[in-house]
Amino acid sequence: MSELILSRRGLLTGVSALGATAALSACGAKTGGTTSTGSGATADTSGDTVKVGLLNSLSGTMAISEVTVRDALLLAVKEINAAGGVLGKKLEPVSQDGASDWPTFAEKAEALITDTRVAATFGCWTSASRKAVKPVFERHKALLFYPVQYEGLEQSPYIFYTGATTNQQIVPALDYLKKQGHTRLYLVGSDYVFPRTANKIIKAYAAANGMKVVGEDYAPLGSTEFGTIVNKVKDAGADAVFNTLNGDSNVAFFKEYKSGGLTARSLPVLSVSIAEEEVKSIGTQYLEGQLTAWNYYQTTPGAANTGFVTAYQAAYGKDKPTSDPMEAAYVSVHLWKRMVEKAGSFDVAAVKAAADGIAFDAPEGKVTVDGATQHVHKTARIGKVGADGRITEVWNSGGPVAPDPYLKGYDWASGLS
Amino acid sequence: MTVVLNQSFTGISIGAVLLLIALGLTLTFGQMGVINMAHGEFMMAGAYTAYLLQQAIGDAGFSLLVALPTAFLVAGAMGALLEWLLIRRLYTRPLDTLLVTWGVSLMLQQLARDIFGAPNVQTRAPEWLTGNIGFAGTTLATNRLFILGLALLCVLGLTVVMRSTPLGRRIRAVVQNRDLAKVSGIATGRVDRTTFFIGSGLAGLAGVALTLVGPIGPTMGTNYIVDAFLVVVVGGIAQLKGAVITAFALGVLQSVLEYSTTVSVAKVVVLVAIVAFLQWRPQGLYTLRTRSLA
Repeated sequence: MSELILSRRGLLTGVSALGATAALSACGAKTGGTTSTGSGATADTSGDTVKVGLLNSLSGTMAISEVTVRDALLLAVKEINAAGGVLGKKLEPVSQDGASDWPTFAEKAEALITDTRVAATFGCWTSASRKAVKPVFERHKALLFYPVQYEGLEQSPYIFYTGATTNQQIVPALDYLKKQGHTRLYLVGSDYVFPRTANKIIKAYAAANGMKVVGEDYAPLGSTEFGTIVNKVKDAGADAVFNTLNGDSNVAFFKEYKSGGLTARSLPVLSVSIAEEEVKSIGTQYLEGQLTAWNYYQTTPGAANTGFVTAYQAAYGKDKPTSDPMEAAYVSVHLWKRMVEKAGSFDVAAVKAAADGIAFDAPEGKVTVDGATQHVHKTARIGKVGADGRITEVWNSGGPVAPDPYLKGYDWASGLS
Repeated sequence: MTVVLNQSFTGISIGAVLLLIALGLTLTFGQMGVINMAHGEFMMAGAYTAYLLQQAIGDAGFSLLVALPTAFLVAGAMGALLEWLLIRRLYTRPLDTLLVTWGVSLMLQQLARDIFGAPNVQTRAPEWLTGNIGFAGTTLATNRLFILGLALLCVLGLTVVMRSTPLGRRIRAVVQNRDLAKVSGIATGRVDRTTFFIGSGLAGLAGVALTLVGPIGPTMGTNYIVDAFLVVVVGGIAQLKGAVITAFALGVLQSVLEYSTTVSVAKVVVLVAIVAFLQWRPQGLYTLRTRSLA
């Protein structure tokens, strides 16, 4: 028996050993969660400061997007502290790294609530991370403010959703494509909760609106091989692509899209997870002319936005763009402050009771909290990427759209869950 | 027909990336029996080298051309250093090389995170590498053609080195029988280090190539390392031609399956096919006949 064969066996044994270790540590994380102190962990509000948790991926595949959200949260905290804090107490942000890994998110959420004893937590990006922390916040009756557009069909009593739900982003985006005469859609997404649910909604919409979904593909998060998917898109006879890829897979996808000979003119891509920061890092030459759907762009007019952009760039650099999830994160801290002030207390139940109707003159325009769904009223916008990398609005809903996370107002959505 | 051509090209281009990454491994794992988990991080080092050079030079095309030899040297030097510091003490203990180099790979990832920041970065591709060439009704992406060319050049270069240079002869002698080579007067330590230098340098080249298709980040190596090991194992661990055939075969298989099913199904089927193949032929496609007595 040669040594070389032995070493190959060695490799296989070693790899399975590694796998086993990983599985074990995952189990450990889970048990750690369920055997915790139980419900009702209360925030420590005895001192001059109140801790707030920031929970974002500062490493891994989602860091490209989530670091900017953390920066925007810090900006809001700084502004609130400069204006005297909340109920006379300064906010002390405690940042935790979810590392683009869902069990890690749950673990860090647990730590923020039970060890750090934060009054509220702000963060998460992917729906998978939100689904991972949801039971943690519910078990401890603690508050999470979630700032990113998502697939809807969810409502947790302990989560406030300040990003768009589907009827504030995906449905308006489909309306826009329909109005532009697009009838044959190709769906490309990352393989996890948000794209799969979003695509279910898109297919229901298409069926009811005379559109046809001619193809549907999912790539693992972080995947960089898009050759085949681009070939399939080309062969399917689509007239628009609906893109729900998340994170840096978009870099590989748009590089492949362009080198495959597809352009915004020949086959436009409408993306729901690419904002200004991503445009910059993917490269404008790959994205020029492509469409995005959000509630806010750096170019959105208004004094509130000018102030936000100026303050953000003063803090983080002249060339740093602002984006929708950053804005929704920034807004979430301000909304929480107003809820606490109206409640006159940091107590979670009191804050929740005070939430309905809380409004803030946000960079995107006025946003108002809907107490029943814990979502906010937001204006829907479609934008186009320009040659300078900025996104300019080509359409908006004309005013804030009421949140409808379960799409109750749409007949075609009745079968969704 | 166009579909077949397009998909074959896509498969070949996936294969080219796999081959570039696996080439270095056929040397360090195949020839030397070292399970180098840090191979992916040497790739990452090559990619960051390309990024830094582009920051310094500016011109995308020129910086890419400078990056290729520089990344080879940078990653090669890291490999040689790793060999000198740790691996030379572990040649008879392959499983320990796995653990040690896994640790090193985690440290290198963290180091990259500390130096370059956690978010991934990108390089701009030169204009001539962002388009495509029409060929018989298909479109051949120029960046993929470039990677394919680079992979084939590396195979050619490595073949020449191994077959027709004194260094290659010495490497083969050490691989076949380390003790005999040593008593014949070959400085086995130096040969080991050189082999590691070349193997790791090739990982650096692969890293530069990957900047053309995707983002550069601290964990980019981990996305490819398992596939690369599979290529080497299936190819028959000591064999260049095994790696070449396997890389392209897996690439084409993956892309054909992906076209007719989905990405995840294709991945599962490819893995099952590999397991089945190794059941039938545990030694891989080709094996080296060695005179070692072990």
